[in-house]
Amino acid sequence: MDLSTFLLMRHEIVLLVVILLLIIGEVFIAESKKSSMVHLAVFLFGIHTLIGFLSIDYGSLFGGMFHTNALIQFLKNVLNIGVLILLLQSGDWLQEKIIRVNRGVEFFILLFSSLLGMYFMISAGDFLMFYLGLELSTLPVAALAAYDITKRISSESGIKLILSAALASGVSLFGISMLYATTGSIYFTEISYVITADNLTVLAFILFFTGLAFKISLVPFHFWTADVYEGAPISIASYLSVISKGAAVFILMILLFTVLKPLMHIWENMVYIIAIVTMFIGNLFALRQQNMKRFLAFSSIAQAGFILLGLITGDQLGTATVVYFLLIYIFSNLAAFGVVQAISLETGKEQMKDYEGLYRTNPNLSLIMMLALFSLAGIPPVAGFFGKFFLFTAAASKGYYLLVFLAVVNVTISLYYYLLVVRAMFLRKSDNAIPYFKSKVYMRLGLLITAIGILVIGIYSPIYDYIYELSRNLL
Amino acid sequence: MIQGISIYEILTVTTVLFFIGVYGFLTRKNLISMLISVELILNASVVNFVVINKYLYPDMLQGAVYAIFIIAVAAAETALAISIIINLYRQINSVEVKDTEVMKH
Repeated sequence: MDLSTFLLMRHEIVLLVVILLLIIGEVFIAESKKSSMVHLAVFLFGIHTLIGFLSIDYGSLFGGMFHTNALIQFLKNVLNIGVLILLLQSGDWLQEKIIRVNRGVEFFILLFSSLLGMYFMISAGDFLMFYLGLELSTLPVAALAAYDITKRISSESGIKLILSAALASGVSLFGISMLYATTGSIYFTEISYVITADNLTVLAFILFFTGLAFKISLVPFHFWTADVYEGAPISIASYLSVISKGAAVFILMILLFTVLKPLMHIWENMVYIIAIVTMFIGNLFALRQQNMKRFLAFSSIAQAGFILLGLITGDQLGTATVVYFLLIYIFSNLAAFGVVQAISLETGKEQMKDYEGLYRTNPNLSLIMMLALFSLAGIPPVAGFFGKFFLFTAAASKGYYLLVFLAVVNVTISLYYYLLVVRAMFLRKSDNAIPYFKSKVYMRLGLLITAIGILVIGIYSPIYDYIYELSRNLL
Repeated sequence: MIQGISIYEILTVTTVLFFIGVYGFLTRKNLISMLISVELILNASVVNFVVINKYLYPDMLQGAVYAIFIIAVAAAETALAISIIINLYRQINSVEVKDTEVMKH
């Protein structure tokens, strides 16, 4: 046996090495110097991100349980960049609140384990690997959501996340067992040859869909989202809404476009209805939110609805637009959560009315927040517009004009509530506005990268061409 | 394979078990009971995998192996959920769902 074939899993191996090095660091670094753990983790993860860009062979391992291709590598790199920005943004929070009570390393280990689970999930070649990856990516996040053990709402959000996640994965497993009954295999390639749209398979698919719909927080399964985001530490809320959702959308796309392609006439209708309901519920509930974290939670539900517009096409254009939108969404949402985190860390304020008059005191933060919200809403010069525009193009190319029309209506609704925040920051005057403060280096770096990302990705068109080229073959 | 019992009977039992689990999860007012309901759902799928493997596709062991993995993951899930529940209990002295409703709308 040739051990060099294991290098196909280079992303996973390097991340595992990073985790082990952090554990060793925890043992050998003296108590008084524990704050250097944050620097060590950011440094190691930065190296891991850079190594990820080196070229790598494509192929499959373990008899087809694990496979990689160019698009999967690209998505792993995107997730890496997202987590790196997230680490930068939460570095100060970790140093001030978490390292001080000597619980810093567990945070990194749990976060990176969850990322490792996502790697395995998106490279899965059969349902066993997929299930293990799904669980490995969900369980550590539940522990992280309950990480602030002195706060009651943190524990509450943890228990809400773990119970709903367990229910969703249980229902999903029941679906997989039925799929196994009808097709006789758990391998994606073998299933795609024999799958037909009989009644049991359709039921199996609907049950299976639940598990991923829960992770993406599509509408019938979205009830955990707002509560968990509000209670969890902000970096974890941001992780759930960006990284976790991105990975789940990607594997859902692979499954729908390859394995479940013969069922397309069925999942088309499902995705159609769920897209409409998700967009409307997410947007309408976001209108009445006052807490910024809940506000961003409902906004991310609505964004998931828009992503479904790309999924409904089932072809190369759909793949490319979904991946492109995810890339933009990661940058925009991380920027929004980053600003919320910077303000919350400095002042502890998270309500929308606390943001009144922010532009006069903290112009830079307000500008980044404005960029992020414009990008989420889809206002032309920034990247979000192009992401949404391509998604709508993909859906319209298949003749879903009504769906695109409803999506445009929803963009208008979302514009209203995103602009509410912009108005509070720029136009309102307040006597007790948040005073001027200067964030630390890590936070500023994290916000700067997201701002550059939002501005550049939309305008620099070779990125989209590159993604379109990559998305030629999915499995 | 069990003599005299067809796959239909066993699959009926697992389906009933699954729906008892879903019903229990939706109606129980206690966090521990909800956790038990989730375990029922997971166990229904475990039995499903083993039975389908044994009755329909006996030449491969995919279902049986899958079942072992589910049991292991379910144990991890329960351990984590219990530890979070204990932490919550230390703060509010209750494991009732109605006491965990600080955040609403």
